[in-house]
This record gives sequence, structure tokens and C-alpha cells, in this order.
Amino acid sequence: MQQSEVLIIGGGVIGCATAYYLSKRGLSVTVIEKKQIGEGGSSRNGGGVRQSGRDPRELPIAMYAVEHLWPSLSDELEMDVEYYKKGNLRLAKTDAHLKILQGLTDRATALGLDVRMIGADEVKAINPYLSDEVIGASWCPTDGHANPMLTTLAYYRKARRQGVRFITGESAQRIVKQKGRAVAVVTDYDTYYAERILVAAGFESNDLLASVGLFVPMNRILLEALVTEAQPKMFEQMLGTAEADFYGHQSTHGSFVFGGSSGIDAYTSDFDRPVTQGMTAPSICRGIMGYFPVLADAKIVRTWAGWIDECADHVPVISNVDEVPGLTVACAFTGHGFGISPAVGQILTSLMTNETPMVNIDALRYDRFKAKI
Amino acid sequence: MNGRIDRSIDLGPYVAAPDDGMIICRCEEVTKGEIRRAVHDGMFTITEIRRYLRTGMGLCQGQTCARLVKQIVAKELDVSPDVLEDAVARAPFRPVPMRVLANEAEGRTR
Ligand SMILES: Cc1cc2nc3c(=O)[nH]c(=O)nc-3n(C[C@H](O)[C@H](O)[C@H](O)COP(=O)(O)OP(=O)(O)OC[C@H]3O[C@@H](n4cnc5c(N)ncnc54)[C@H](O)[C@@H]3O)c2cc1C
Repeated sequence: MQQSEVLIIGGGVIGCATAYYLSKRGLSVTVIEKKQIGEGGSSRNGGGVRQSGRDPRELPIAMYAVEHLWPSLSDELEMDVEYYKKGNLRLAKTDAHLKILQGLTDRATALGLDVRMIGADEVKAINPYLSDEVIGASWCPTDGHANPMLTTLAYYRKARRQGVRFITGESAQRIVKQKGRAVAVVTDYDTYYAERILVAAGFESNDLLASVGLFVPMNRILLEALVTEAQPKMFEQMLGTAEADFYGHQSTHGSFVFGGSSGIDAYTSDFDRPVTQGMTAPSICRGIMGYFPVLADAKIVRTWAGWIDECADHVPVISNVDEVPGLTVACAFTGHGFGISPAVGQILTSLMTNETPMVNIDALRYDRFKAKI
Repeated sequence: MNGRIDRSIDLGPYVAAPDDGMIICRCEEVTKGEIRRAVHDGMFTITEIRRYLRTGMGLCQGQTCARLVKQIVAKELDVSPDVLEDAVARAPFRPVPMRVLANEAEGRTR
């Protein structure tokens, strides 16, 4: 039997960030991770730290993270997480593209985000390497990107230094209730008692939540990414397109990291590990070359796949559970949990210390899902 | 399998060694000392080391240094190299220019 004030299930960026902020407050924290730190989407994602394109229910969290947390994160964690706040271009080649982007832009500006439509000349001035076929873009100057592997490991490293106990290679199996309250988690090794328990186990969170009768409607969806060899420094923005053919950025290392999908991979993958498929990387490459012909000779060094936890309504669940005091849930990030992770770590810290979070998260409750009729 | 690891086990202090400056991963220029220090920073698996330092992420994808990295990490953790799981091999086997990879299906080039 083991004991700490807080027990976190899942050693992804959400679990590690929350462990860091809780331990900074002086709480004793244990983190149980089934495989290794950053095994899930947290080390496999495209590094986008974007506010543009976010749902109104999630946007305030993204804006809070960009305004208050990301700029000082490297200093705070004493490790360069390679954060760039150099803007996001969403590119258009056709009038239909422009229309899509105008819609996104109108919705975001209505919510107070600084994003606007720009013409071909301005796009070229921001990024001279783009194809002449680009006729415009939406531009959010405060969007950006960071290195997801380093961010996850930086939170882990600092949390560990602050005394958080991390155990990897151990799998949580069920939540134990006493008098209605969540009091412990049984793993394949031991039982861990805690006053507060956080489930941050990605799409697998449901396996644990089932033991207390909870269920978050989400699907496991495969996404892929690739990386080129290092290239001379070209640009610092994050990029995407109206049709989401691909997205990506150039890393501090010089390599380009691009993500995308073939459009059908999500329906053809049923392995116990996320594995890449033959048709996806070529499809992403065609997407990139359509906007960046200059990269046609860049060599692809590596491709990889990862799962996202896609929620029925495309925004996460970040919530205490009323029926099971002591239990908190953070999952269903739907492919955009990295950019908001510092803010989510702080929100969860507030939730678990009975404080009001700095951003209203009432719309992200676990019990918001209703049958359609 | 890496098995169950308690990340709070005491590894003792990091003691600098004379050969810490030796380059182990030549593609990404990572030294033995950096790898040893990474273990003390809590990176206990080959994959974590790789994501932390970029060992084996260069053009050769670790074909040159993987065994050496493993030995260094195992020694620092005081375990047998056999218990450390290799990093996953990733396609493509050799670096491939984008225009070639994009050309996998007939009629699908740009
Ligand atoms: C290819 C790809 C690209 C993406 N691009 C972006 C992007 O550009 N921007 C962005 O913001 N987001 C992006 N995302 C999404 C982002 O990666 C995730 O939303 C984020 O990493 C979620 O973090 P997490 O900690 O919740 O989940 P995870 O990183 O999945 O962590 C969950 C952890 O829980 C562990 N676990 C599961 N079950 C158990 C158990 N029973 N016991 C113990 N441990 C358990 C798992 O092993 C895992 O390590 C992308 C995702 C993918 C796959």
C-alpha cells in the first residue's frame, strides 16, 4: 500500500504538467504511467500552440496559455522547450479556401482573438518560400509552436526534482471507492491511496473511469507526422492550410516537422501500437510540395503515428466528478491538448485544491453529453 | 520491456568522467557526458534519452550509436543492457527526398 496527497494516472504532458504545478504548491504527488514518460500523443504531436481554429469553449484556455504561460515556460522549467510565438498562417489557393478561412476568422475575432485575413503580398512578406499559387491566408500573429518531446520531459524533470514520485511500466486498473468517495487506485502491482485522484490517461481513460460507472464519449483516431533532415533556417511561423492538407513548422534543430493524414487512415488502423501506413506520408508530402515546392528535395528522415482521443463534441473533458468526490478527469483533448497543456495543468491544480480556476471551464464538464432525442 | 521503474531510485551523484566529452551520436553530436547526465535528469529509457538529446534521430537513425547509447545508460542505471528496450525503428529505412516519397502512387505526383 502506498500513499500520497495526489495520485495522477498517465505520464503524458497533462499528467506531468499537473504534477509539476501541484508539487510547486507543496503537495505530495505520485504519477503512475503504464509505459514511459510521453509514450502517448504527448511526444508524437506536431507541436502546434494555436488559438486560431479553436472552439469557443476551449479558446479562453488556449489564449490564457499563450498570454501567461508559454512565454516564460523555458525559464520556469529550466529547459529550452523551443517555444516560438511567431504566428500561424492558414493558407489558401482558391476562392473556396478563402471562404473557409474567412468563416474561421470571423468566428475567432468575435471571441476577441487577433486574427485577420491577409492577401498574397502580405503572405509572401511573412513567408517568402511559399508557392506563387497561394492567394491569401488567415494570420494569427500570437500563435506558434513548441517542442512537444522537450516540453513533456521538462515538466517531468522539474516535477521529479520537486519530489514527485513517478513510476513507469505500471498500469492502473481500477478506482476504489469508499463511502462514495474515490480513495485509491489498484494497479497491476500495488494499491495507491490518495486524497485526490486525477485520470489523465488519454483515450484509455475510459478503461479506468468504467470502474466507477463513468464514460466519456471519445474515439481513438490515428494521425501521422514526419520530419525532414535539417534545412537552413527558413521561417519561424506555424503553418496550416484551409483544407488541412498538412500543418507544420521548422524546428530549432532545422528539421521540418509536418503532420497530416491520408484521410482514410483513421479507419484502417487496428493495431495495439500506433503504426504508420504506406499511403499517408506520401500524401502529406504531396500536400507540402503543393505549398512549398522548395522543399521537394528535402529528405524525409522519419515518420511516426500517434493516437488522439477524439471527443464526440471535439473539446476536452476537464472536470471534477460530482458523484465521486476525490476524482478529477482530464481527457478527450481531440488532437489539440498540447498547446493548452500548461494552462490545463494549472486549471487541474486549482480543481484539486478546491480553488476556482483562472479560466471558466463549466462547458468542459464530464456530464455534458446527452442523448440526441 | 523496460519493466516497472521507480523514477525516484537513488543513482548517486553524477560524477564527471575523463571521457565524458567523447562524441557518441555522431549525426547529432551528442557526447557521453550528456547521455550520462540525462539519466541523472530522470531519462531512464532509450526512447526518453532519444527525445531528450536527439541521440539516434539523425540521418543514420541510430544505426551507428544505438548499442553504445544503451551500454552507457545501462551502466549509469546499474542494470544489464538487455533490460533496456530499443527505440522503435521508423520508416523510411533510409532518408528519402520528399519528391520521391510523394511519388508512391501512379499519377499522384506534383
Ligand atoms: C500526430 C499528432 C499530432 C498532434 N498535433 C498536435 C498539435 O499540433 N497541437 C496540439 O495542441 N495537440 C496536438 N496533438 C494532440 C496532443 O498530442 C494531445 O492532446 C496531448 O498530448 C494529450 O496529452 P495527454 O497527457 O492527455 O495524453 P497522452 O500523451 O496520450 O498521455 C496519456 C498517458 O496515459 C498512459 N496510460 C494510459 N492508460 C494508463 C493506465 N491504465 N495506467 C497508467 N498509465 C496509463 C499512456 O501510456 C500515456 O502515456 C497531436 C496528437 C497527435 C497524435
